[in-house]
Amino acid sequence: MQKTYYDPADLKKFGKISDWNEELGKKFFDYYSKVFEEGALTEREKSLIALAVAHTIQCPYCIDAYTGDGLQRGITKEEMMEALHVAAAIRGGASLVHGVQMMNKVNKLDM
Amino acid sequence: MITKSLHKRESELAYSKRQLEILSNGIFKNGDLPIFSKKIAETNQFPLKAKKLEILQINVGYMCNQVCEHCHVDAGPDRKEIMTKETMLQCLEVIKKTGAHTLDLTGGAPEMNPNFRWFVDEASKIGVKDFIVRSNLTIIKSNKKFSDLPAFFKSHNIHVVSSMPHWTRGKTDKQRGFGVFNQSIEALKELNSIGYGIPESDLRLDLVYNPSGAFLPGNQASLEKDFKKALFEDFNIHFHHLFAITNLPISRFLDYLIASDNYEDYMYSLVEAYNPTAVKNVMCTNTLSVSWDGNLYDCDFNQMLELPINSKIKHISEYNEDLLFNRNIVISQHCYGCTAGSGSSCQGTLA
Ligand code: SF4
Ligand code: SF4
Repeated sequence: MQKTYYDPADLKKFGKISDWNEELGKKFFDYYSKVFEEGALTEREKSLIALAVAHTIQCPYCIDAYTGDGLQRGITKEEMMEALHVAAAIRGGASLVHGVQMMNKVNKLDM
Repeated sequence: MITKSLHKRESELAYSKRQLEILSNGIFKNGDLPIFSKKIAETNQFPLKAKKLEILQINVGYMCNQVCEHCHVDAGPDRKEIMTKETMLQCLEVIKKTGAHTLDLTGGAPEMNPNFRWFVDEASKIGVKDFIVRSNLTIIKSNKKFSDLPAFFKSHNIHVVSSMPHWTRGKTDKQRGFGVFNQSIEALKELNSIGYGIPESDLRLDLVYNPSGAFLPGNQASLEKDFKKALFEDFNIHFHHLFAITNLPISRFLDYLIASDNYEDYMYSLVEAYNPTAVKNVMCTNTLSVSWDGNLYDCDFNQMLELPINSKIKHISEYNEDLLFNRNIVISQHCYGCTAGSGSSCQGTLA
């Protein structure tokens, strides 16, 4: 067993998940590559969304992959950081919006 | 920001031998990564052979007004290697009889060779179908004596190919030096104003994009779209095509890779992105590179690594196109830079 939970070299082995279930693995990777093709959104926009989501789910593999992907596409560090703040705002907002629930409860119970 | 070439700094990486050692040792010697000859042998593409010559690329000197961090030539104001008029005369003899359709002048900044204009005049008289000058744009703005270059290019119907690492100032100046972005924009505007790069215009202006760091270029077509949109919206600038070129792990880029601890990861990413279809069209199969002193190489990269051509003919003065045909190309691990992803050459992607 490896000494750390995450190893950067494992990212390159992602495709191996198909070894233990080829059918579902193939379906997943087909779906994955289709999702990132240019559609109503450009590949560039999708890359930035992926980067923001990667930080939301705090996946080090995805952060590694989509930072590199962004650089290759000419996405600037300013654009990347703005995308992250969108993720952070939604995450922070999601906590804070529940404050309304807290306030409702307090208002109900408090005299 | 660097201000001197590796040569001037007397860095060990100024020596091509040292670079070749690095490219053959470590991860390649211990078998972590396959050497290039083995890799291309997997698809029966070893040895690489020269096909019909299409492009004659002449490097007229390593002197340059810039000192870009990624430069594979190790060019700069402190480099003194300059092609003499005598060697140029020998080149002209070859241009007269070659079957190549494209003449590609490069450097350094080719315009800094004192005989540059004379050479372009003479070569034009012979008649070249596609006459490229690789101009770094800032040269036009660097000194009054260069300010009429756009008009000079136009009068000889030169196809201008210029580097532009990004459409934003930050990324451009980081790779190429402070102020390069603004000067490049000014130069592009001037070229546009006399007809260069305008859609439908015959005066061709293409841009070259190199990644500004230890990563590979993205898709050439989408980068071209992004560059066109940004340069037009922000500065009203037009150009024809964008060539996305991979940085090869030699000279100053190799120095950068090692200093930033990116060398191994970069070599891994090149090898992982290896594309056997790109091998068929690598630049050395249809290009010949002539150095400032008239020696012949399979490509500009081999020239910098001082890997001479594998032929009896070594110098422009002995030139014989028939004997150069079908020669074995001299390769090493830097060649992975030409075969990664969609491939890379001085004319952009390959596959
Ligand atoms: S990359 Fe081009 S412009 Fe920059 S130093 Fe090298 S030759 Fe000069
Ligand atoms: S580096 Fe030169 S010799 Fe090697 S593949 Fe590229 S063009 Fe050919």
